[in-house]
Amino acid sequence: MSGLAVKRLMKELAEIQAKGTPEGIILLSADNMQEWVFLISVLGDETIYKGETFALRMKFGNRYPIDVPEVTFVANEQYQPPIHPHVYSNGHICASILGTEWSPVLNAVAICITMQSMLASNKKRIRPEGNDRYVKTAPSNPKLTRWHYDDDTV
Amino acid sequence: MSSDGENDEFLYEDEYDDAFDQDDEAEEIDSMSEPDVYDALSPAIEEAPQKKPYDVSWKVKTLQEITDMQNKEITKIQSVLEVPASSAAILLRHYVWNSEKLQEQFWNDPAAALEEAGLSPPSSPTTRTSALPPSPNKRSTRSLRAGPSTFLSKRTKSSASIGPFECPICCMEFDGPSVDVNTYSMGCEHRFCKDCWREYLVGKVKGEGESAKIQCMESGCGRIVREEVIDELVEKDVSKRYHNLLNAAFVADSSTLRWCPHPNCEYIIQCTQAPARMLNQIVPTVECKCGHDLCFGCGYAASHRPVLCKIVRLWEKKCADDSETANWLQANTKECTKCQSTIEKNGGCNHMTCKKCKWEFCWVCMGPWSEHGTAWYQCNRFDEKSGIDARDTQAKSRASLERYLHYFNRWANHEHSAKLDAEFYQKTEKKMEQMQNSGNLSWIEVQFAKQAVDVVIKARITLKWSYCMAFYLKRNNMTELFEDNQRDLERAVENLGYSLEQNISDTESIAKLRQDITNQAAYVQKRHDILMDDTLKGYLERRWEFSVDV
Repeated sequence: MSGLAVKRLMKELAEIQAKGTPEGIILLSADNMQEWVFLISVLGDETIYKGETFALRMKFGNRYPIDVPEVTFVANEQYQPPIHPHVYSNGHICASILGTEWSPVLNAVAICITMQSMLASNKKRIRPEGNDRYVKTAPSNPKLTRWHYDDDTV
Repeated sequence: MSSDGENDEFLYEDEYDDAFDQDDEAEEIDSMSEPDVYDALSPAIEEAPQKKPYDVSWKVKTLQEITDMQNKEITKIQSVLEVPASSAAILLRHYVWNSEKLQEQFWNDPAAALEEAGLSPPSSPTTRTSALPPSPNKRSTRSLRAGPSTFLSKRTKSSASIGPFECPICCMEFDGPSVDVNTYSMGCEHRFCKDCWREYLVGKVKGEGESAKIQCMESGCGRIVREEVIDELVEKDVSKRYHNLLNAAFVADSSTLRWCPHPNCEYIIQCTQAPARMLNQIVPTVECKCGHDLCFGCGYAASHRPVLCKIVRLWEKKCADDSETANWLQANTKECTKCQSTIEKNGGCNHMTCKKCKWEFCWVCMGPWSEHGTAWYQCNRFDEKSGIDARDTQAKSRASLERYLHYFNRWANHEHSAKLDAEFYQKTEKKMEQMQNSGNLSWIEVQFAKQAVDVVIKARITLKWSYCMAFYLKRNNMTELFEDNQRDLERAVENLGYSLEQNISDTESIAKLRQDITNQAAYVQKRHDILMDDTLKGYLERRWEFSVDV
């Protein structure tokens, strides 16, 4: 990994250790500077995800934070991606912040906050349209998918 | 090359609004009285062919001329709106070089127009002074900007005066004068270190191919990075690529400009007479200064006359994708009624057992084999309705496939011939030498052969496309006339091709051959012109009816 990415991630890690993470967001593992996993839950009683916890995996590339990290919800025996109109069953997420709207001033925690609020504002427990077709043909890296952002409501 | 047409019905410049129209006309007049440098370099295309009602006039521009066109517009807007040149450029690019719309919006609400294009309003003291990095003298005016930033970006604003500054991206710290030297912020006051800027800009230009729309690195900041900032921050090669991308975007945004599609050719064609809405009645074939033909309408890298751009697209798609494979499958195979596997029967009896799912059925009626009882190998269910329907579908599919193949084979045949052009020229050249030697003819006297080959090659391209045209034409009297013309040309071309292949034995036969070939070539040329003229005029007269929408 490049010095830039490592230095920046160390800084982010130190910040998290010093100040902690926002409520509902826990850094589960940050064993190296390539892949971190956060646990995300939605606060309050209003949410349709009450009592659920999701694991968000971030893979940082060499050009982080100039380039956006690869972000997916974990899909294994222990964790399942949230049922959300922008989250595919393989854990891929359609969110502009992970594509065209990414800015190098954003960071891992900022991504978690965005994901948390994306879940909090959702009222419909449905998968995206064409989920099955997408999951069947999707590349393993969601950054290789050409996303089209058309729904600003959730 | 571009003659001012007497065919006024074809000059749509008046109603065709484009930012450069006025310039075009002025320049066209200039070039009439004073041919430009490039014409002198290639005299072959200087002799303007007689303009037909279906022809368009065009100009070939160099990259420098394209840059000049942009600079001219920028200078104009710069003086009219009284903004710096780089702001004028950003504004023009945002309004897709529509200077009228830009001026309208700008005078309506200058602040909003600037904001929308990614510039601060003129009231902000940073607009002008921040044109060149770094802008240290303005840092005192910086105010804390509240926004939905994250905890990292909040430190952006901590770079007050001479205090230490930490780049919110790479976390490098800068102090004292090094803040001014090594960091940079645009008018939006989002400060980052120059290394991060460089990394970001290189990624945008080289990785994503962006140019006119590169924004500030801050999340949600729409501030556009100015040309001179990019030029100063990045290496020469990246800056060169950036400017190439800007030019490419300018050409792509303009409906009157098109890059020459031929490899290594950097010319740009300008044509105001072939807007998209006219492409259902003209085929704007133009010739670039690199010597190649192209279609201004669709960018096809050769002449596809007399076929409309849209039909060419349909044809290419039809030939390229597997639609015909599917057609073949439909005509030659059946599907297992249970697991839908495609089965081609290549022998044996009608008792089929699907290899995949082991389902047993009858090839003739497609019904389950078990229902056939003891009437094995002799299906008596053939006349039932389901059987008749199934056979109808197959027959139709076969007929459509045959029709397509008829036209495709002829099209492909000429396409194939065109690929052997070089060989054809070579063979002819050898023959010309032979004639010079054995027939005692001068070099100039044997040129007729090369000219004949030129004619054949040109006619073959036209013929090739005429088969595509015929495939999409509805069957009616007009189409029959078209196919008559096509047949005449085809025959003439074949005869001439045959004569050109003849072996030369003695002086007498050379004289006769020369006479024959010269006459035949003239005839082919005539048939070619008739087919082309009639077909292209037919569009203007709305004579052609197609089986698809054009």
